[in-house]
Amino acid sequence: MSGNAHHSTPGEIHAPAGTALECRLRKRLGTFDLDIALTVPASGVTALFGESGSGKTSLLRLIAGLDRPDGGYVRLGERMLSDTQQKIHVPIHRRQLGIVFQEARLFPHYRVRGNLTYGMPRSGRARFDDLVTLLGIGHLLERLPGALSGGEARRVAIGRALLTQPRLLLLDEPLTGLDGERKRELLSYLVRLTREIDLPVLYVSHDTAEIAAIADHLALIEQGRLTAHGQLDELMMRLDLTERLGGFDAATRLRAQVVDHDHAYALTQVVLDDGQTLRIPALDQHPGTPIRLRVGVRDVALAHAMPEGTSYRNGLAAVIDAIEPSTQEPSANEVRLMVGRQRLRARLTRQACDEMQLAVGRPIVALIRSVAFDSRF
Amino acid sequence: MLFEAIALSDAEWQAIILSLKIAGSAVGWILVPGVAVAWLLARQDFRGKALLDGLLHLPLVLPPVVVGYLLLLSLGRHGWLGQWLYQGFGLSLPFTWQGAAVAGGVMAFPLLVRAVRLSLEAVDPKLEAAAGTLGANRWRVLFTITLPLAVPGLLTGTVLAFARALSEFGATITFASNIPGETRTLPLALYTLIQTPGREAAAARLCVLSIVIAMLSLMASEWLARRARQRLQERDR
Repeated sequence: MSGNAHHSTPGEIHAPAGTALECRLRKRLGTFDLDIALTVPASGVTALFGESGSGKTSLLRLIAGLDRPDGGYVRLGERMLSDTQQKIHVPIHRRQLGIVFQEARLFPHYRVRGNLTYGMPRSGRARFDDLVTLLGIGHLLERLPGALSGGEARRVAIGRALLTQPRLLLLDEPLTGLDGERKRELLSYLVRLTREIDLPVLYVSHDTAEIAAIADHLALIEQGRLTAHGQLDELMMRLDLTERLGGFDAATRLRAQVVDHDHAYALTQVVLDDGQTLRIPALDQHPGTPIRLRVGVRDVALAHAMPEGTSYRNGLAAVIDAIEPSTQEPSANEVRLMVGRQRLRARLTRQACDEMQLAVGRPIVALIRSVAFDSRF
Repeated sequence: MLFEAIALSDAEWQAIILSLKIAGSAVGWILVPGVAVAWLLARQDFRGKALLDGLLHLPLVLPPVVVGYLLLLSLGRHGWLGQWLYQGFGLSLPFTWQGAAVAGGVMAFPLLVRAVRLSLEAVDPKLEAAAGTLGANRWRVLFTITLPLAVPGLLTGTVLAFARALSEFGATITFASNIPGETRTLPLALYTLIQTPGREAAAARLCVLSIVIAMLSLMASEWLARRARQRLQERDR
């Protein structure tokens, strides 16, 4: 059950199992006009990404049934939740959606246990202990919400939503308002959770690093319209979206699997699907665990051969797929590489590209410093 | 000797017990409709909301005698409502303790609604929406989220209403008259004593009794409300 969500093959827009949610929604809010058609794949995390005011939260509210659309429909699996033509509007409490709001919205008069079980059907009891462990909230069960930290409260809210056994989990910027350390902590819980649970997730966010850590698919929303939609790995390769997806700090991702740990140096060895290995700062994951590595475009250097006597710990054999001028930086080129069947981006000065006589189709070594990997997620 | 001087007479006991019974019944019958109306005013928008709000406050500003007279007109055996009650259920309210409870309840209603409405408005609608997303229907949201969070206001409103019903005079004497053992509550007994020459000492005793009962009910409400609030306020830490 675990992991499947993260093994979709590149090139496919939707997961093979089909779509969890399909909607086409129109709503006018003052001068703001929302008109979006969206499908959420049946597995994995779909990020609903856009700046604040782009309409992500409005869209989420329409899907949740908190607001009524001017026109359009929302379909969850085979079930119509909203349809303005058929005059269908399933009330919020019968939508079978798990929703976690920006604020945790825990009930102050229930203990954590009471909050968790508030919407839990009898059949959910079996999952209770596992989920509590997974979210690390076992020691909080008898506390009142007022005695929780921000991150703890969010974790309880997530557990509470999941225990209702929803068909889709909606997370509305769950990390907003947390400080750096708590944000990372909750994000790592979320990443672990989305790997473990077999449930499609719609994740609203405006933070690229957050999305790179957690999302499989991405729907980019700008001014009430869907402007890009698909697998995040694909979208991260697109130069025209670089500005939106990180800009200066743009990145791509590599899928890998944990091999073993070097405790003396606090390093972890991981293997890519083509058998090449990387050394990265130690990860608290068992051997065999599939992981995703975010590699900043500015953290990749190229060489014709693995240099001797270098501090670079990682050299990946790659093939140059494309070289294009950077939209971010006039001095730079964006070089797209194939590493086995995976893709990687590097931002190099045009001068370096010319001096090295880089050309499409040529084999090359991609050098990545071990410390460039952000293993905290 | 001293004990005998302080000990309450049968008539005094009768007045006290009757007062408590009438005020308790008054609060009892207005509690559910009062909370319902407060919820309507706090959470719903409808035509005529301002009118309803105004009507509710009438007993606060009208002379109680007017309220008592209106009750007599409508609930008297020949009144439009009283006729129906008498013929349908054999109920006759004027000049009975039940009638006094009705009068006290009507007078206390606005106070109850006001207090409950304020506390309902203070309940975060976001929590109610969250309960909805967890599968709770309207009723479950009301009984598990809205009302429990409004408990301090509910208590305050109940005690205010109880105190108001306990002290009701004008509407009671007009509608239910001043019958010993039936409708002669503390204020009415006090009034009767004042009207009787030579009973000043007895009047003073009832006066002190009224103050004691009022103080006790205020203290009880304060204690209950504080206990309820303590639980809720743990969220502010």
